[in-house]
Amino acid sequence: MTTTTAPKLKTSAMIASFVDPGQKTATAPFGHALVEAAAQNDKIVGLSADLAKYTDMHIFAAAFPDRFFQMGMAEQLLFGAAAGMAETGLIPFASTYSVFAARRAYDFLCLDIAEPELNVNIVGGLPGLTTGYGPSHQATEDIAIFRGMPNLTIVDPCDSVDISQAVPQLAASEGPTYLRVLRGKVATVLDEYDYTFELGKAKILHGGADVLFISSGLMTMRALQAAERLAADNIDVAVLHSPTIKPFDSQTVLAEMNTDRLVVTLENHTVIGGLFESVAAAATRVGLGKRVVPIGLPDQFLDAGALPTLHERYGLSTDRICATVRAELG
Amino acid sequence: MSIMTTHENSPATKFFARVAAVEEFAYRSRHNSLDMGEEQGQGYVGQALGAADIFATVYADRLRFRPSEPDWKERDRFLLSTGHYAIGLYAALGEAGIVDRAELATYGSDDSRLPMSGMASYTPGMEISGGSLGHGLTVAVGIALGLRHQKSASKVINFLSDGELDEGSTWEAAMGAHHHRLGNLTAVVDINALQADGATSTILSTEPVHEKWAACGWYVERIDGNDVAALLAAFDRAADLSGDRPSVILCDTKVGKGVPLLENREKAHFMRIEEHEWQICRDQLTAGHTSKDL
Repeated sequence: MTTTTAPKLKTSAMIASFVDPGQKTATAPFGHALVEAAAQNDKIVGLSADLAKYTDMHIFAAAFPDRFFQMGMAEQLLFGAAAGMAETGLIPFASTYSVFAARRAYDFLCLDIAEPELNVNIVGGLPGLTTGYGPSHQATEDIAIFRGMPNLTIVDPCDSVDISQAVPQLAASEGPTYLRVLRGKVATVLDEYDYTFELGKAKILHGGADVLFISSGLMTMRALQAAERLAADNIDVAVLHSPTIKPFDSQTVLAEMNTDRLVVTLENHTVIGGLFESVAAAATRVGLGKRVVPIGLPDQFLDAGALPTLHERYGLSTDRICATVRAELG
Repeated sequence: MSIMTTHENSPATKFFARVAAVEEFAYRSRHNSLDMGEEQGQGYVGQALGAADIFATVYADRLRFRPSEPDWKERDRFLLSTGHYAIGLYAALGEAGIVDRAELATYGSDDSRLPMSGMASYTPGMEISGGSLGHGLTVAVGIALGLRHQKSASKVINFLSDGELDEGSTWEAAMGAHHHRLGNLTAVVDINALQADGATSTILSTEPVHEKWAACGWYVERIDGNDVAALLAAFDRAADLSGDRPSVILCDTKVGKGVPLLENREKAHFMRIEEHEWQICRDQLTAGHTSKDL
């Protein structure tokens, strides 16, 4: 054989990586951050619904076996029990996949946790398009589902820095929270910027005169990459990272939007009911008539396949982001 | 050994005194429920009357609580999983001194602390919000785990209905409670054999109920839930015999119990009672109670 072919891209089982080759990473940042927080506060306990290993909760379970409670593949019990433990004064972190938390146990999150405003921290793995396994595991609409739930704080972190800094803040905040957790080898990106995670705040990572990116979650990593590439074409892009989706930092976002720059939202979520609509609603509320270009997942059940293929197909790849911006600027 | 003795401090005498106290509590609670029902002209009065003996047993005999301090940390927890039975629980909370009896008259009114469905944030002594069924036992598992984790001796009692056995979450919780060896948890199931759309047997058959709980690893008692002596004995035995297993007391009850007019009503799940019938109900309740005394 003399010809060479590109390696065949595979679905890579349930957990595929969306981190580019050579990207700096940290392993299981959620699990380690929870262990650190729990060492400071003996009220913190962990629960999972047969997915501790796949949400990085196993790190906590190994460190604090007496404070980890396995609930089995029973998400309604997981969140009902987490509520009950919070009623006794404990601070539960309860993990499963985002799809199961949002689709399967919504009533339990709503009535048992959110209505009484308990300090239960819901940890959802595989948010948005972070698995090629197919719609059963792709939580493309979790934020849309949860945004309508009163009292619930929603955090969509970008990287290991965000996650590590968010966990103690989520534990310290009084009410319920939902963390879209990135697990396994998680990119470390934000350490390169003058940035600290602050619950409820959006932060400018990168200034720019031509375009404003407003992004959350892993799409902030892509936004930063796209900004760097577009700079080579003399397109000056600002990146505003908004990891807290609810309560939404309208003040910071609107202040940045109120210029002549092209505004683009980037989210690892359907364009319905997530970051784009949060931004659009904030602008409309104050009468800011401004066009916003949404980059996000389409309103459809997505294909199964390899993640790089799917991110390219649905417009989340850095190449596709750059192409969208160039087309918009003509 | 003689079963009956007249000795003042004999176990039998003490037991009869307990039965009498609970029966009196239940009788007064039933009156409270009828009075509250009359305020609204309708409601889940049938369930309140049917479950009155269970609520009375719990509040007059089993539960450790401080009436003036409903959030007392060392209290035992009673969870009303069936929010629509709230009228019956309010009636008992009134007798227990947790809610002022005069306040019962506000039941179901605007700005009342006693909404028609049980809400934790509204009512002193109401541990959880109901309304959506199948939640109580999952929360009870968490409270029992949390109490044990923090080395509290407090117990958890969860009241649920046979209709809730339709909900899969009940069985998730049943398995979880056994897996975690929650000996500090007791479930009480009100089996009135009636659901919103009709008889339980025609909606989704739940029998054999005893075998289902036993198969989940629970200590099980099945009794007549309108027999106070049986209720007390079942709770006593469960406490003595269940060990580190969660226990469940399955209570066959009669909707409308104590008021023949309502016991025999065909549409019994959500009862409409005519204006002139409320006094008849009260009279029948009193007549039944007085005849038992004689």
